[in-house]
This record gives sequence, C-alpha cells and structure tokens, in this order.
Amino acid sequence: MTWLAIAVLGAGTYLVRLAGLLLRGRVTVPERLQRLLDLGASALLVALAATAALTQGDGFAGWARPAGVAVAGVAALLKAPFVLVVVLAAATTAGLRLAGVP
Amino acid sequence: MRSFRRTPGTGDADGRDVRDDGGDLRDVAALAAAIGVVGASFGALAATAGMPLPMVVGMSLIVFAGGSQFLAVAVVAAGGGAVAAVVGGLLLNLRHLPFGLAMAPVVADRPLGRIVGAHVLIDESVAFARARGTGPRARRAFWACGVSFFLVWNLGTVVGALAGAAMPDPATFGVDAAFPAALVALLLPTLRAADARRVGLGAAAVALAATPFLPPGLPVLVGLAGLALAGRAPARTRPGEAS
Repeated sequence: MTWLAIAVLGAGTYLVRLAGLLLRGRVTVPERLQRLLDLGASALLVALAATAALTQGDGFAGWARPAGVAVAGVAALLKAPFVLVVVLAAATTAGLRLAGVP
Repeated sequence: MRSFRRTPGTGDADGRDVRDDGGDLRDVAALAAAIGVVGASFGALAATAGMPLPMVVGMSLIVFAGGSQFLAVAVVAAGGGAVAAVVGGLLLNLRHLPFGLAMAPVVADRPLGRIVGAHVLIDESVAFARARGTGPRARRAFWACGVSFFLVWNLGTVVGALAGAAMPDPATFGVDAAFPAALVALLLPTLRAADARRVGLGAAAVALAATPFLPPGLPVLVGLAGLALAGRAPARTRPGEAS
C-alpha cells in the first residue's frame, strides 16, 4: 500500500459519492424517475444485505452467518428493538461458530 | 422499538416524532458499536499486513469505506499491486453514486452541506436515514449516523492497528452477521410496499447469482436489474396495504 494509492482510492470514492449528491441538485427530477431512484437505492441495499449475509468472496459464507441474520430477521419482523436485532445476529453466529459450525 | 414501528419508511415521516429521536440515537449507538469492532479488525489486519500506523489511520480517515479498505489491503497483501487494489476498491464503491442521487434531498439542501455529507454517505447511514422517511427526522438520522460512524470507525482503526496481531478474530464474536442483520431490520418498513419488495427480491436474486462470476462490488450493482420488476407506480396507499 502506498500513500498515492490511498489518496486515489479516497478521492475517487469521495467524488463518486459527491457526484450523485450534486447531480441531483442540477436537474429537476420527474416523479417517475424519482420513484426509480428510490427503488434503486432500496434494490442496492437489499442486494447488499443478501450478499453480505450469504457470501464471502465469490462463494458461500458458511451457515453460521446466514443463521444469525435469519434469527435477527425474525426478531425484526416481530418488532424487536433494533439493538436486540443486532445483538441476536452476532450472538447466534458466534454461538454457532463456538459449536463448530463454519 | 417505538421508533421502528412508527416509521413508515415511504417518505411521509415529516419530523413530527421529535420525541423518538432518543430512540433513534440508541439505535445509532448499537450500529456504531458494531462498526467500531469492524474498524478495529481493519486496523489489526492492515497493521499485521505491514502497513505503518499513520498509513492505516490515514486510510480510514481519507477513504472511509470499510469494504473497499479491506479489499485494497487484501489485494496488496496478496501481491496484487496498488493499481489492482485501487480499481477493485473503486468498483466496490460505485454503488454510492445511485445512493447519492436518491439521498441528496435528505443529506442537505445547499451544496455546502452536500459537499460535507458526501464523505459520510456510507451504506449504514443511507439505510438508517431511509428507514426514517425523507423528512427532517431522516436528515437528523443521516447526520447522526454519518458523524458517529466516522468517529467510531477511525477510533476502532487506531485501537486495532495498535493491538495488531493481539486483536482477536472478530468472526469469533459474529460481528460479520451484525451488518446484514441491521440492514434487514432497516429495510423491512420499505419492503412493505409491493413494488419495493418485487424489486428487492429481484435485486437480491441477481446479485447472488452474479457473485461467483464477477469481482467484488459488481454483483450488488447488477442487482439494479431488479428495477425491471418496478412496474407502474402504485396508487398512493398506506404502507402495509400494498400487499
């Protein structure tokens, strides 16, 4: 790793973030497109949740992590507090790993 | 808990629930704790990969995008070279562009606020704010998340980099399950709308199917193909009735 690499990655990441924020201010967005932008953000977040829950690198993450997320998902559906949802996920996954589940 | 049940997540939270900001802050703190632990694991990984302390901390301050930082350090540690590390990290962060397009009105009205807010536009702050609609409460949630996550991420990085190899493996604590679980909880209100559910399921299916074949970051982006299932705008119904 070099300082130059860090600077380029940092600047590039910042500009990607800024581009979306500033572009939106430049143009008036029709309602149809606004709906697609909102749905698109949701789609990306769902895709992120699914890949983060199930995959590691280009393969399956093992059962411990998705099991923890599933338990937390049920808790969230039952309207458990957010803090409990997060703790349940980590505790379930940690417990399964302790028991030898990958 | 109250804060969640009351949040429709479809854009009509208008800041009336000022008294729920306390609950929001508690929820921010829960996620911040997990982010701090992941930051510590990044610091430890980078330090044991031979990066000097100022560079490890500088990277967290300047880049502030966890996934791409892990990826870049791993690529360099595997002998992949700085160019591959930077390109891989940038690919992973491309999803922030559509996030910015969708979140601009929540982040700030003026360009200056957006210029500052851009640095803390991360998955977690976006998901958190979106679960609180598009009003003032969503804006407060975005900034509370952005600032506190930035602080704990960098604090965690310093602690992890100093501890180095002495840091226990965070997988032991199941921290890797905390982030997707938090996302699921934050997305549930949005997914009560039938069109968001269709698009979300399509996005997840496409992203998962693409994961074995594409470099990190791209599967999530091609998940945007789920928008093909958007259909027509539904007649304005209250969330929960759409199904």
